[in-house]
Amino acid sequence: MTINITSAQYTVSDITGENGSITVVSNGITMSVPLDPDNTDYAAILEWAEEDGNEIAAAD
Amino acid sequence: MSLARDIADLAAVTSKLDTVGASSGALSNRNVIINGAMQVAQRSTSASGIGASGGFFAIDRWAYSTNNSAGRVTISQDSDAPEGFGYSQKIACTTADTSIAAGEYVILPQYIEGQNVQQFKKGTSSAEQITVSFYVKGNAAATYTVELEDAGNGRYNSQEFSVTSSWTRVTKTFVADTTGTITNDNGNRFRLNFWLHAGSSYTGGDHTDNVWHTTANKRVGDNATSIYDSTSRTFFITGVQLEVGDTATDFEHRSFADELQRCQRYYYIMDSSTSNGSYLRYCNAFYKSATAAEGVIHLPVEMRATPTLTASGTIAMYDGANLLTISTFVLGNDGSSNRIVVFDANNIASGGVQHRPGVFLSNANTTSKVELSSEL
Repeated sequence: MTINITSAQYTVSDITGENGSITVVSNGITMSVPLDPDNTDYAAILEWAEEDGNEIAAAD
Repeated sequence: MSLARDIADLAAVTSKLDTVGASSGALSNRNVIINGAMQVAQRSTSASGIGASGGFFAIDRWAYSTNNSAGRVTISQDSDAPEGFGYSQKIACTTADTSIAAGEYVILPQYIEGQNVQQFKKGTSSAEQITVSFYVKGNAAATYTVELEDAGNGRYNSQEFSVTSSWTRVTKTFVADTTGTITNDNGNRFRLNFWLHAGSSYTGGDHTDNVWHTTANKRVGDNATSIYDSTSRTFFITGVQLEVGDTATDFEHRSFADELQRCQRYYYIMDSSTSNGSYLRYCNAFYKSATAAEGVIHLPVEMRATPTLTASGTIAMYDGANLLTISTFVLGNDGSSNRIVVFDANNIASGGVQHRPGVFLSNANTTSKVELSSEL
């Protein structure tokens, strides 16, 4: 699916307290994307985040 | 059986083996394409209204790549197939678009990992010819373009092919390319593209069949038919093979189980609609707190990368006493990989008992599903 992101937010590891996956809403569907550079969704999120006005929100 | 007949039969077999061996250097695993016979359709056997954006919708490993067209299609796994095949992929136009803007396109691509095409020796002085073969038909005569794309180096080579209203096997051999080596990794480095619709950004140049080049507007042939030219337009394809050499060998049939495992490297679904009853168990889990739980899914094959998790429908945590609905799933932060996925439920209806084991299951429905994708 081509990613059309409307929101993106990090989740935090229970164990390490560091950022883990990213919860993304794309095309109205919620997905959980790993921080794996080989994952094409993650690569698309990083591209999206580089555009003006877009930001991956910090974890709650 | 006479000795003469035995010798004649042996000679025929030897000749055939020589043909295959000379062209590909391999008697099996010649075909680089996965699911070329369109046997596997884990997501759906039919997807309608497709065209607003690209993605994977029906047949595994075959994407629908598009940009900026008002046209729409239904993509389906169809039993209309040439002799010896069970299925084809059918593309049927449902909304026409005859006003083609420059940047529009529709491509049926298969994206291929670089590590799976090293035998092409592309970009070296001993680069190999590559042969593509496939069976096609349509509602009427049409002309489309098949293309090899070296995605890492931005190099293209394409050839036009004809479609009639009867099944025809098309074979196209592409010249070797001594420019542009292909990175040997799990990335999206090489593509087999079937162009079904294209604007002038891809058709406006001086196209020549079977020449490697780097110019976008030469990619599609001058006689291109558009899949969107009429709502009666259809395109069927199956038996797709991509192999080293100048000869199209017989299609390499694989078992359904074999193709399914190959496809699951890129996409794996657990789907309650295919289960008995309406309580499909996704995985074992345990309560981390009264409202959070964690489960682990061991993947059936090693995926290409750590996958993206999508969970939909009503899923619950069941511990033998309580059945509590889960509203949010995320990929576990620690421990997920391309072999094992940690499945975190963070908003469970109150009532869980910390440290108690249970299972994640479909909660009285056959519409929930968990999808894991590491597509290219």
